[in-house]
Amino acid sequence: MRRFTISPPVAALILAIVLFLLSGFLPNSYGSDVKVALSQATNILRLSVFLGVIAAGQTLVIISGFEGIDLSAGSIVTLTAILTYVMVKGENNMVLPAILVSLVVGALIGLLNGAGITFLKISPFVMTLGMSGVVTGAIIILNHGNVSGKVAPIMTRLIARPISPGIPIPGAIVIWIIFGVLMWLLLERTTFGKNLFAIGVNRVTAKLSGVNVTGMNLATYSLAGLLAGFGGFLLVGNTGVVLIQLGQPFLFPSIAAVAVGGTLLSGGKGSYWGSMAGAIVLTLITSLLTTMQMPDSVRRMVLGGTLLILISIYGRQQALRQ
Amino acid sequence: MKRRLTWDFLMVRYPAFFPLILMILSIAINLFLQPKMFDRETLNSNMRVFLPLILLAVGQAIVLLGGGIDISVGGVVSIVNTILATRVGLDGSPEKMWQFVMISLLVGALAGAINGFFIAYLRLQPIITTYATSFLYAGLALFILPNPGGGIPSNIANLYRTSTPLGLPLAFYVIAILLLIWFYVSSTRYGKYLFAVGGKATAAYETAVPVTRMQFSIYVISGFMAALAGIAITMLSGSGNAEIGGQMTLNSITAVVIGGNAFSGGIGGVAGPVMGAMTLNLIQNIISFAHINTWWETLAKALIIVLALAVPGIINLIRRRRA
Repeated sequence: MRRFTISPPVAALILAIVLFLLSGFLPNSYGSDVKVALSQATNILRLSVFLGVIAAGQTLVIISGFEGIDLSAGSIVTLTAILTYVMVKGENNMVLPAILVSLVVGALIGLLNGAGITFLKISPFVMTLGMSGVVTGAIIILNHGNVSGKVAPIMTRLIARPISPGIPIPGAIVIWIIFGVLMWLLLERTTFGKNLFAIGVNRVTAKLSGVNVTGMNLATYSLAGLLAGFGGFLLVGNTGVVLIQLGQPFLFPSIAAVAVGGTLLSGGKGSYWGSMAGAIVLTLITSLLTTMQMPDSVRRMVLGGTLLILISIYGRQQALRQ
Repeated sequence: MKRRLTWDFLMVRYPAFFPLILMILSIAINLFLQPKMFDRETLNSNMRVFLPLILLAVGQAIVLLGGGIDISVGGVVSIVNTILATRVGLDGSPEKMWQFVMISLLVGALAGAINGFFIAYLRLQPIITTYATSFLYAGLALFILPNPGGGIPSNIANLYRTSTPLGLPLAFYVIAILLLIWFYVSSTRYGKYLFAVGGKATAAYETAVPVTRMQFSIYVISGFMAALAGIAITMLSGSGNAEIGGQMTLNSITAVVIGGNAFSGGIGGVAGPVMGAMTLNLIQNIISFAHINTWWETLAKALIIVLALAVPGIINLIRRRRA
């Protein structure tokens, strides 16, 4: 008999929907008003976009295996958000250069991560942690306590506002869907994607099969930096202001989103759909806890407990005894 | 046959060799910037600040050796701090203090046992599990003490702050005891199992090592050490703050890796991580004594840490080029 199995992304998505429906029973929630419920759902989706985009780079490095992880993602997000903010200064024609700078700066930081990990054999966890410190230090110097700038109207228009007056879907969600399709193409339909899974499963066999492991490693970390840079650009387009701690709160949730989405933290198996679903679940839980107006302490405990339950459902590794 | 004392031999056989060089280097720089560093007073005031991270690094070192990672240790430190600060109080009796010190150690071991249960018995991935429990523990600490306050009696805190038996800081004795215990344990069967599990768990399982029990035990040890660190930091500060441990987790991991332990497990020891934690603290001292512009402090510290992490790799690269 076939055992009943359900893929993690689907499970996470079902969980999100169930949680959202149940949240209707909460005292200060949408109740029986469908219109309010829909707008609340759209809002939660919109908030998930930023975590989702930041989790994209994380998904890549985690799939690449070898304890792959990117702890510098949060500080890259802050850095590129500040760069965008300062460069754009409210002018629409500066948006394109700002995007380019964000992507290039992110990719360069990622490349440094990759170089340290590949050539100096520093473990990804500490290398990216150290890099996060360096980037934070650079932000503090750049920032000197205050920055002056402004996001451009076109960014707010494209990211935070609905795509057209008739359709109440914010542009960020559309961007995310396109982004998701691109990520799927990258992972499932390109040589890069195939090689990525190959080095995640086993570096030695991948190398023997002709995969350029060094090049892949450098490319993966650069790409992860680039995606974090893009995340920073999107985030500032939504918030409209920058803070020195803008990106850091997204760091560990981005790893959790990947894990909740069923990607193995040991590498070699996973999908970006999963991370998207994970990002939605995590954002949903966080915003529900905020609506319930619980004290911070209880909120943290509930979040930790929920995360434990989520990963207990399908995050289990193989038994030693086979 | 006499083995030649080559660089490779030193690096592989003694993972603590490089951290020792780093520590001596940072002591030298620190001494240059702060000539009175070895005065009894200064030495003690430095060591009492260093000790909490050292204790935490020892626990983290055991976990990393066994092939895991524990990012909930900061939460445990916070729980212990808030328990002591709220239950003992500023005018508590010494008996009460020791009673709650014991309870704190139990709480720490229990928190570690929860991690161990999920990771060893339910086979969840260590990073994400301890990340989840770090929320549980940090939340619990905040629940016990929502706003900074409370404390322990100053005469008990002074016991930690000012006692210098035989003229040496208390921390030296604690470190010596920890190292002695480690040198004993690493020669026992438990020590052998620890390296086996961290090296390759499946191979260890096939050679009849109780892998699950070993994995469980490392988290209990880590929780216990985190509780010790929490007690030390509470006696140092004398007051309660639920966020006190938050910053320490990632530092403890950096300390262990600077201390020459392999992040993937199975290589290293405890002496290296102790020196790694010392080095991290010394770097902080150096930065504050060097009168660097405040804006540059974070960057300077991070660059030094990255450099410390990178140097062994750079040396290896150069050696391989030459060979």
